[in-house]
Amino acid sequence: MADTSASRESCLHVFELEVLLGITGKDFTIIAASKAAMRGASILKPNDDKTRILNKQTLMAFVGEPGDTVQFAEYIQANIQLYSMRNASDLSPYEVSSFVRAELAKSLRSRSPYTVNLLLGGYDAIKQKPELYWIDYLASCAPLPYAAHGYAQYYCLSILDKHHHPDIDYEQGMKLLRMCTDELKRRLPIDFKGVMVKVIDKDGIREEPYVDDKQVYAA
Amino acid sequence: MNSLVARYSRPAFQNEGYGEEEQQQALADFASPLSLNFALPPVASSASWLRAMTDDHSNPNCPIKIAHGTTTLAFRFKGGIIVATDSRATAGNWIASQTVKKVIEINSCLLGTMAGGAADCQYWLAYLGMQCRLHELRHKRRISVAAASKILANLVYSYKGKGLSMGTMCAGVTPSEGPALYYIDSDGTRLAGNLFCVGSGQTFAYGVLDAEYKYELEDDEALELGRRSILAATHRDAFSGGFINLYHIQEAGWTKHGFSDTNPIFWETKLKKGEFSNVTSELV
Repeated sequence: MADTSASRESCLHVFELEVLLGITGKDFTIIAASKAAMRGASILKPNDDKTRILNKQTLMAFVGEPGDTVQFAEYIQANIQLYSMRNASDLSPYEVSSFVRAELAKSLRSRSPYTVNLLLGGYDAIKQKPELYWIDYLASCAPLPYAAHGYAQYYCLSILDKHHHPDIDYEQGMKLLRMCTDELKRRLPIDFKGVMVKVIDKDGIREEPYVDDKQVYAA
Repeated sequence: MNSLVARYSRPAFQNEGYGEEEQQQALADFASPLSLNFALPPVASSASWLRAMTDDHSNPNCPIKIAHGTTTLAFRFKGGIIVATDSRATAGNWIASQTVKKVIEINSCLLGTMAGGAADCQYWLAYLGMQCRLHELRHKRRISVAAASKILANLVYSYKGKGLSMGTMCAGVTPSEGPALYYIDSDGTRLAGNLFCVGSGQTFAYGVLDAEYKYELEDDEALELGRRSILAATHRDAFSGGFINLYHIQEAGWTKHGFSDTNPIFWETKLKKGEFSNVTSELV
């Protein structure tokens, strides 16, 4: 939404420090988002929820230009919910991803584009498959088994490349997430106040309590 | 045949993105019900134009100097909400005023604080007050803090990139929500929380406030902590100072706890409690 490309560049660097992680397994998708809301030199809120529930089995997590993020997420949320009400059926995660991508692509070509990066986690009740979409502010959309945004990518993708398998069960998924968040705590130069973890599976969306009090030391 | 050609001779991407009218309409829809339609400077990027006109770091001779610099804080606790501010307005290195009212009384149960551009805050918080009163008349009940803060957040978001500069808090106690506190700033962020400090002195205020804050504070302890946090900021931040403006919001409404000069409070704190020991009270 910022007007000059210069200011958009600088904003991109600020929200690179926010963490967004997604992992799919045999029958679930895990989405983790950092809890810190940062502005300038301060953390304004240590328990910020960077996710919105779109329908019964689709969850969207977002980072990006402050202001744009929530406005875009709530706009998408309202439209997906409207669809569910009008048609008495939910859009599948794939259909949601197409809609979100189209809206971002439209906004990208407008005078005031939304600068928002997204992860879309879902469980397709018909295909009985978990799904995860990586979407960035240039409206690229990729279905992936695991994904991340920001500096978290540089640490976590290598971990996941090595340890992830498509048929892992939920416990193994959480173990993988723990490996990722431990590494971030070890190496990221700022404190992102831990992550909020949400799980999407055949029963819907739930928040998973995530104990995060253990001190992790760099070797 | 001609019509067929006409149909396919349009570029394929014509229907993608927002049309010209659609964009105009979107802009009108968004801005008009919430605000008056202001004339904007006829330049491509009003934010960078405004920056060029007002930034006195890079250009000390800039034509417009905006009043800036503040410390404001608000926190929720057992007995309601404390709101405290300093009272200094600066324009560049010039102290423009030492007696600014940075707490805006929206109605008997709702307060707003101002940090950032003084004009922006004063204007839009007064405007928020008007919208809240209209809500009251239309719906026959007082507006919730959540709704009031969202009016302001959506309003400033509609002006995003146009150069507004404000960091405000909305605090209030309503029967539906209990004590509620929101942070809203000009890039469109809106956060609910227990404790916020806003302005150039925010870090100094956070330092004192975070160390002794707990939700179970008694009323007098909370008032003293709010006062002491602002004092800390006025002492260290060159752009904060003047008077400490203290408010306490309870279910019955807000009460004002003085607009008190920082200077005697500073010396009292130093001499009676032995704090600020880096400052000498004797001539050396």
